[in-house]
Amino acid sequence: MRAVIYSLALTLLALPAIGFEIEETLDFPGAGDGPTLRIISTADTSVFSPIITAFQDANPSVGIEYVAVTSSEVMTALAEEGAEFDLAISSAMDLQVKLANDGLADAYFSDLTRALPDWARWHDQVFAFTLEPATMVLSRAAFQGLELPTTRQELITLLRDNPDMFRGRIGTYDVRESGSGYLFATQDARTSETYWRLSELMGGLQARLYSSSADMIGDVASGEIAVAYNVLGSYAGARDDLHDQIIIIPPADFTTVMLRTALIPNSANEVELAGQMIDHLIETSWLGSDTSFNFPGVTPDALAENAALRPIQLGPGLLVYLDRLKRRQFLAEWEAALVQPE
Amino acid sequence: MSLLRPSSSSIRRRLTLQLLVSAAVLALVLFFIVFNFARQIGSESQDRVLLASARSVLDASTIQDGEVWIDIPYFAFSMLDNPSDDRVFYQIVQDGDLLTGYEDLPQARSDGAEAGFLTVPYRTETLRIVTLTRRLSDGGQPVEVTVTVGQTRDEQADVLNRISRMTVLLGLGFFAVSAVLAVLAGQSTASSLSRLAGSVSRRGPQDLRPVVADVPSEMRPLVRSLNSLIARLSGAFTRTEDFIAEAAHRVRTPLATVRAHAENTLRRVDREENRVSLREMIRAIDESSRAAGQLLDHAMVSLRADQLELQLVELSSLVRDLVERLSPVAEMRDMPIRINAEVPCEVMGDPILIQNAVRNLLDNAVKYAPSDTPIEVGIAAESGNAIITIRDHGAGFPDPTDAQLTRRFTRGENAAGTIGSGLGLTIAEEVARAHQGHLVISNHSDGGGACVQLSIPLR
Repeated sequence: MRAVIYSLALTLLALPAIGFEIEETLDFPGAGDGPTLRIISTADTSVFSPIITAFQDANPSVGIEYVAVTSSEVMTALAEEGAEFDLAISSAMDLQVKLANDGLADAYFSDLTRALPDWARWHDQVFAFTLEPATMVLSRAAFQGLELPTTRQELITLLRDNPDMFRGRIGTYDVRESGSGYLFATQDARTSETYWRLSELMGGLQARLYSSSADMIGDVASGEIAVAYNVLGSYAGARDDLHDQIIIIPPADFTTVMLRTALIPNSANEVELAGQMIDHLIETSWLGSDTSFNFPGVTPDALAENAALRPIQLGPGLLVYLDRLKRRQFLAEWEAALVQPE
Repeated sequence: MSLLRPSSSSIRRRLTLQLLVSAAVLALVLFFIVFNFARQIGSESQDRVLLASARSVLDASTIQDGEVWIDIPYFAFSMLDNPSDDRVFYQIVQDGDLLTGYEDLPQARSDGAEAGFLTVPYRTETLRIVTLTRRLSDGGQPVEVTVTVGQTRDEQADVLNRISRMTVLLGLGFFAVSAVLAVLAGQSTASSLSRLAGSVSRRGPQDLRPVVADVPSEMRPLVRSLNSLIARLSGAFTRTEDFIAEAAHRVRTPLATVRAHAENTLRRVDREENRVSLREMIRAIDESSRAAGQLLDHAMVSLRADQLELQLVELSSLVRDLVERLSPVAEMRDMPIRINAEVPCEVMGDPILIQNAVRNLLDNAVKYAPSDTPIEVGIAAESGNAIITIRDHGAGFPDPTDAQLTRRFTRGENAAGTIGSGLGLTIAEEVARAHQGHLVISNHSDGGGACVQLSIPLR
């Protein structure tokens, strides 16, 4: 592997001028003195590096600097601190739409973006390249002998019937910390009241709160917790090594599907390269030309067949839950439901 | 008939042009009306959606524990979603202080009305904004909440583009259809005119019946005037013919009477000087009679040549007839007239005119050739023409190529001493020309003598 990981977590120390919190920085130097494409992304480096190496195979001279952050940090970096990045990739669709809506993104046109379905792009600035479902991940060990829940209602019944078995062994996103978690929770809440009943129940059973899907998947696999709710199915599906320990279930009543999106911030220096990368992302994900693609999500075909799959619509509606007042109210309600005293 | 310039004289062209211009004006008017209407509708529908959005935000505002709570409904903004992905901005203000949203977003003054609308530049875009205000009550204290929702106008511009494209097509289509109709209208108007013209020009020269063609009412006055003109023309024509016939009669009869008296007197008078006077008198009477006859012949030829009444004429019988009538005079001078007609020759012509021509030519021959010489008349068909040749054995023409010979009142230089008016050849020439034929004047190479050939195309 040509990419060299030279710097790990907390590069903050090395870069004191930057205020946003970086989880990890990866540098993929190109051959010679080629340009460097700076990507700020919420995707784990391990998931994303095959895409980058594939891109570099086609463009050997291009160096890539990959900065992994949480989704809210993408917003902080671009909107508040004016950090210079050529491409922003995020699972938080609402924040991406807000960046574009507020005029912080550049438009990009190519044959590939034009070929995208309408729902997969917004304002020719935000381009979706994955469809990733929010799923329930269960521990095989914990559910031995139990009937597997396929819907939220069945999960509620299961939790109600076996409170002692699940007390302290349920995991879900801490929506205060995680942008994706907040997006999933707000979409759930707006789709069905079941979400609040489930949240009340999970809160009553002292659910554990996580800030990333990867942690939840790890804890389910290790048996720390028995069930994790609203976990990125794409991450869970990518863990081939854990298939003996976990069961991934997309809720059959409705499955929220998140679109991972890319946009070119208007602070970008390498606009042309960023456009090439967007084309590369669209090509590898939608056209399936690259089997190394590591987001085993939903295919557009499955979307048409399975009515339970509900992709989140890119559009101004996403701005609603980003509103200061709206967010405050939602979080208050969420806390009331999920953070309950023992 | 080019008294007027063609461009202004063609009714069809003028009518078509006028219709085309009015169609173009109408198409333009149509375009602007539809375009403006579409813009208005587009603007109104955007305003309605913006208003509904702002209202749904206001409807979700409540006061809890002295604090304004606004639970913006998801559809408040999702309803603003459209295919052009227009950007959305909003602002919620409580008593002049920003509660949430975009601080720098301008507001539209409502001026007492429920909602105010405004189109403003914002950041790099142009926004359509609506501002809506509502008073809430916080335990009796009024609290004013103002909601402003703005949206870019890409979709509206897009829709307007599509509508204007469609309207342009509509206008062009309208114009094309109108143009076709205009051309057809021009043609149908012109065709009724040309039908009338055709029905008038198709009639024969003697057909002076009134025109009864079926014409549009606007053209009836024209037809009426035409018919009255035809009636007057027909009257004048008849009167002239009658006049000529009457004149011939009135001139010849008294002259004949005077001549008879003069001859009687001549027989009774013995004194030589009186006899000479009487002979002079008779000679003058003959000259006048002949001149009058030729003048009237010429008048008749002139009158009829313009309006030829063609019919089938058999030349040999026509010539025989004339020769028979002239033979008493010829015999008096011992001039045998020989007719050499090989074949019957038929031409389309005016028999009266041909008779006039041949009679005058024979008359010339009898008059100018010396006594005791024969006159030969030949009728032959030659390369599409019927040729009547009249040859005498006199002195011939002094110069057969002299074009003056066929001029009116011109006589050959050697014709002095013979009674004549100089109209004979003119009449023959005019008749030949009226029949698309010609007259050839020559002197006969074998033994001299004048030779005149009248040729008329065979039918």
